[in-house]
Amino acid sequence: MKIALCIKQVPDTTDIRWTENNTIQREGVESIINPFDVYAAELALKLKSQIKDTEITVFTMGPKQAEDMLKKVLALGCDEAVLISDKKFAGADTYATGLTISHAIRTACSDFDLIICGQFAVDGDTAQTGPNIANFLDIPQVTYVKDFVEYSDNGLVLTREMEDGVETVKVQLPALICALKQDFEPRRPFINGIISASKKQIKVLSMEDIGLTPDKTGLKGSPTCVSRAFRNLSSHNAEKFKLNVDDSVKLLSEKLTSLGVIDND
Amino acid sequence: MTNCENSGILIYAQITREKYIHTVFFELVDKAKELSEKLGGVDVNAVIFTTPGQVFEYKEAFQNRGVNKVFYFEDEAFGNYSTDYFSKHLVDLVGVIKSEILLIGATNQGRDLAPRVAAALGTGLTADCTGLDINEKGQLAATRPTFGGQLMATILCKTFPQMATVRPNVFKVYRDDFFVETEFVACPVNILYVKNHVELLDFKKTVDTVINDLDSAEIIVAGGKGLKNEKGFELLNRFAQKIGATVGATRGAVELGLAPVSVQIGQTGKTVSPKVYIACGISGAIQHTVGMTGSEYIIAINNDEDAPIFDIADTGIVGDVFEILPRFINED
Repeated sequence: MKIALCIKQVPDTTDIRWTENNTIQREGVESIINPFDVYAAELALKLKSQIKDTEITVFTMGPKQAEDMLKKVLALGCDEAVLISDKKFAGADTYATGLTISHAIRTACSDFDLIICGQFAVDGDTAQTGPNIANFLDIPQVTYVKDFVEYSDNGLVLTREMEDGVETVKVQLPALICALKQDFEPRRPFINGIISASKKQIKVLSMEDIGLTPDKTGLKGSPTCVSRAFRNLSSHNAEKFKLNVDDSVKLLSEKLTSLGVIDND
Repeated sequence: MTNCENSGILIYAQITREKYIHTVFFELVDKAKELSEKLGGVDVNAVIFTTPGQVFEYKEAFQNRGVNKVFYFEDEAFGNYSTDYFSKHLVDLVGVIKSEILLIGATNQGRDLAPRVAAALGTGLTADCTGLDINEKGQLAATRPTFGGQLMATILCKTFPQMATVRPNVFKVYRDDFFVETEFVACPVNILYVKNHVELLDFKKTVDTVINDLDSAEIIVAGGKGLKNEKGFELLNRFAQKIGATVGATRGAVELGLAPVSVQIGQTGKTVSPKVYIACGISGAIQHTVGMTGSEYIIAINNDEDAPIFDIADTGIVGDVFEILPRFINED
């Protein structure tokens, strides 16, 4: 089976710093692999360990620095890595990103059977790029995938976690799936994985390489644009009281009474 | 944007497994009514996929909410959601009726359907909006949280339809006292030309109903990892019972097995907006707070005085929930 694994480098959203003008300070913020993509990689590696002759090609779209992340994922046991990188990709929304990645997959991994993405990226949290790629490649999609059950007759049986329960579905390949986080700690690379990854070449694809034009990529190729971005400041009062237990209980009672939650008579 | 060709707001009416229309649809209809006024009174329409005859069971619901037209697709195959079937038909419909705006509830199903449809239509989509408005140029201005809720972005779309998804409970209140003669428009089904590639083999229900009490609760008491163990949640339950509140939990507490995933509040759980939210032993990770900052009044109890929850609370009580709550329950 040929797997294309799509991952994203994201700023560590738990460590956001603000400039004086309430814009996000991007310098010096650590980049991490999107936490959902870690489990997308886990799912790909699980398939590789259970299905004969499985190869995994990792794709990411981003600046040159994203190579470090690709090396880390190669060290986990993936076979090849592709960096889709071009200044003309800057400012791409999910639509343009999906189009770009779909062209890169066609270019570097055209005989894929399965594409695996993370369900969300924690920076944008749109969950759109996966289904966009599936649409542009005209293949079926399965989102909210929790785990792999079995592979037979060119179909993958998967579980999906929905709001009201767990679905078991079978999808015909080729297909794209979006993986949720799982309940276990993701693996860490072994030293021989790191060594073999360091020897691997990362393929870099530019806009011309994947056969796209400036009007289809980046800001120009994006149907949406951000008209305004602002800091989400809390409108709440942030009054903090440090009292002894009796007074804390009294304060809680008073507040709940004044809010009409309880009747204090 | 003056726009002769594209007109009307189309909203996707999701049918749940229990065969009722998801409440997020009504929330979106109400918001669309407001947007429609700003656009000079364009139609607010719905699209629905049902098994044959089923659409008319919802007739009154559409009328009372003021839906002008219902475009319906009927087939036995529409009993279960299928990305292939639903997206292809929805794309065909929008190609014909040329909606100006297309709104879809940000349920798991909606978030599966919307990006597929947007890409196929070659249009933009803004996910998980918390605000929808019409700007001075007549464009849909969709505001959404990003970077884990810390940054808000208002997004415009250059193409049609301008698409957005909105989570359940974000536009909580809706009116049902309209009355319009809703027109029902049967749409051609081309099931033979579309292949469904994903077969549903099994479904195991883990939650009683998609709409649980948290959605409509006016008072929520939520617990985090600070409640430590089952005893902590038993205490929380007794406290909730005492004040007539509904219990919620953070992802951390759910992962510890202290509460079911159905009551998880936050980015990967539910969005709630009660009148009073009481956070007990919750540190206030963005992951959680993004799902509850819409609450009218927030009380936080935590023994860590530097916990970020205090930055967003109206009243913060620095103290031990294991001391304060038992005392409150007994002596109140």
